[in-house]
Amino acid sequence: MIRIDSVTKRYPDGTVAVDRLSLEIPDRSITVLVGPSGCGKTTTLRMINRMVEPSEGTILLDGADIQQQPVNTLRRSMGYVIQNAGLFQHRTILDNIATVPRLLGWGKEKSRARARELMERVGLDGSLAKRYPYQLSGGQQQRVGVARALAADPPVLLMDEPFSAVDPVVRKGLQDELLRIQDELGKTIVFVTHDIDEAVKLGTMVAVMRTGGHLAQFAPPAELLSHPADAFVEDFLGADRGIRRLSFFPSAGLRLQTAPIVAVDATAEQIAAHDTADAPYLLVTDPNGRPLGWSEPRDLTAGQIETGRLLPYGRPFMAGTDSLRAALDCAVLSPTGWAVAVDAEGRATGVVSQQAIGEAIRGAHAERRTDDTAQKVAP
Amino acid sequence: MNVLNYIGAFFDDSAHWQGYDGIPTRFAEHLQYTLTALGIAAAVGLPIGLLTGHTGRGGNALAMIATAARALPSFGLMVLLFILLGLGMTPVMVPLVVLAIPPILVTTYEAMRSVDPAPVDAARGMGMAETQILFRVELPMALPLILSGLRSAAIQIVSTATIAAYVSFGGLGRYIIDGLYQRDYEKVVGGATLVAGLALATLAVFWLLGRLAVSPGVRRRV
Ligand SMILES: Nc1ncnc2c1ncn2[C@@H]1O[C@H](COP(=O)(O)OP(=O)(O)OP(=O)(O)O)[C@@H](O)[C@H]1O
Ligand SMILES: [Mg+2]
Repeated sequence: MIRIDSVTKRYPDGTVAVDRLSLEIPDRSITVLVGPSGCGKTTTLRMINRMVEPSEGTILLDGADIQQQPVNTLRRSMGYVIQNAGLFQHRTILDNIATVPRLLGWGKEKSRARARELMERVGLDGSLAKRYPYQLSGGQQQRVGVARALAADPPVLLMDEPFSAVDPVVRKGLQDELLRIQDELGKTIVFVTHDIDEAVKLGTMVAVMRTGGHLAQFAPPAELLSHPADAFVEDFLGADRGIRRLSFFPSAGLRLQTAPIVAVDATAEQIAAHDTADAPYLLVTDPNGRPLGWSEPRDLTAGQIETGRLLPYGRPFMAGTDSLRAALDCAVLSPTGWAVAVDAEGRATGVVSQQAIGEAIRGAHAERRTDDTAQKVAP
Repeated sequence: MNVLNYIGAFFDDSAHWQGYDGIPTRFAEHLQYTLTALGIAAAVGLPIGLLTGHTGRGGNALAMIATAARALPSFGLMVLLFILLGLGMTPVMVPLVVLAIPPILVTTYEAMRSVDPAPVDAARGMGMAETQILFRVELPMALPLILSGLRSAAIQIVSTATIAAYVSFGGLGRYIIDGLYQRDYEKVVGGATLVAGLALATLAVFWLLGRLAVSPGVRRRV
């Protein structure tokens, strides 16, 4: 565990970048430092690998003061990823990744074999190994940066806005990739960003910092969204905090209706039977159960359902795995106001109205409140 | 007679290819002065340039010294040293070295300062020692510019080394000075042609050096 204990950083020009910051960074999880520009995130991160020396306070790594360790030994035990990757232009991709193993005295062949392994791990094609950094896209370069940081299998990974210089689509890919890698490797990651969405998506714990290097709140993302510590945090979280918070509620509890679903080859009796459902629309599926679109019951005639005239059903959500936010989003996007739930094969497993989702949200909130009260009563 | 005839006549004369005043001898002498002066200048300029460039300290002092050195007239300096020290290699070498240090020093410093700071920061964060950062990260990326500093120093030495002949030393300057004295324009033009040829050869050598020593990943970016 990394323990930041009442650390202050005063730069020679008098700027106080970090002010008596205390933080316990849990092992094998992602801790995100987030906050407005200039609030001291980078300074905090760089004090962990001693790229910046604290003016006051101590930082402990597994109980030992990092000041007591030789600085380069400490740094080699921590992967370091920066904004524009900072690749070595004169080295091939493979040799970039092999840097720290080589520093640690591994042989050339062993280091390169390890580098190849990492290229695969971060989703880089092996054919890029002999290329130079300028021949890669920004997103690919960033993957190389991550691979290089992971090469010597350090327990700790420090990342300073690693994905902020790439476009949103690439960024999402890199974020998903990081979560996947983290699932496999279980590193202690400290991740700096100024993007609250990224913080909420990636963080197991999120530290919100405010200008002047103060810690405003340190909490898991769900708690941050439900209980912002003060007006600053609330403001920083943005106007759609309520919607975003739904990401943390599972859609598993939604009551899905199967009655308003008919197959495209349904008989007249089957259609008539569905007509009694309390839904104003019926969802037509193909013979395999995959959704085709919505229709009013009276427009459906057995044997001659025109799929071209069906209303689009928007983007379905995965029942159980997706959150209430995804379900609500589907319902809002659907012209009928109903969301379609599908299974892993894309077959419709049920439909649910906006109203039913709203009830589920209220129910989930009530449940969380009871949990909170219970916690307060019996600490 | 035009210049080309002079050149033709000079190189056709078999007497110019033999003995202590023959082209091979003079050429070798010139090359030796050049390499010695360049070697000394590089031995002084490169380490100082690399170190100040790496630390970022002393840039202003460097620029001042370099400007002062550039203001010294090579020929005047040589004559002065010749009067003070008498006949010897020192009065020839000192002006050549003084001439070559500023381009090497200043370009090396600038080359190191213009290296992208991000990879250097990454290298330090990965736990590279300062000397490793200097030689394995900064130097390879600064190399094209550093070579260009050495190249302009080398060219300047090649052309200025002709003055050695004024204080009775050899080199290709002999032909020019003796030719002027003897009104043997064939010799003057022949000597000048040889100096120009050596300068071109120097360019070619540095081009080759750049191809061999600079990483393809860096070459594309300069
Ligand atoms: N080397 C330095 N000397 C003086 N002041 C500095 C130095 N580095 C940073 N600062 C100041 O310290 C404060 C915190 O800087 P820091 O880089 O840690 O912020 P940050 O949260 O990472 O910001 P950003 O999101 O813009 O990267 C800022 O006011 C900055 O101007
Ligand atoms: Mg920063």
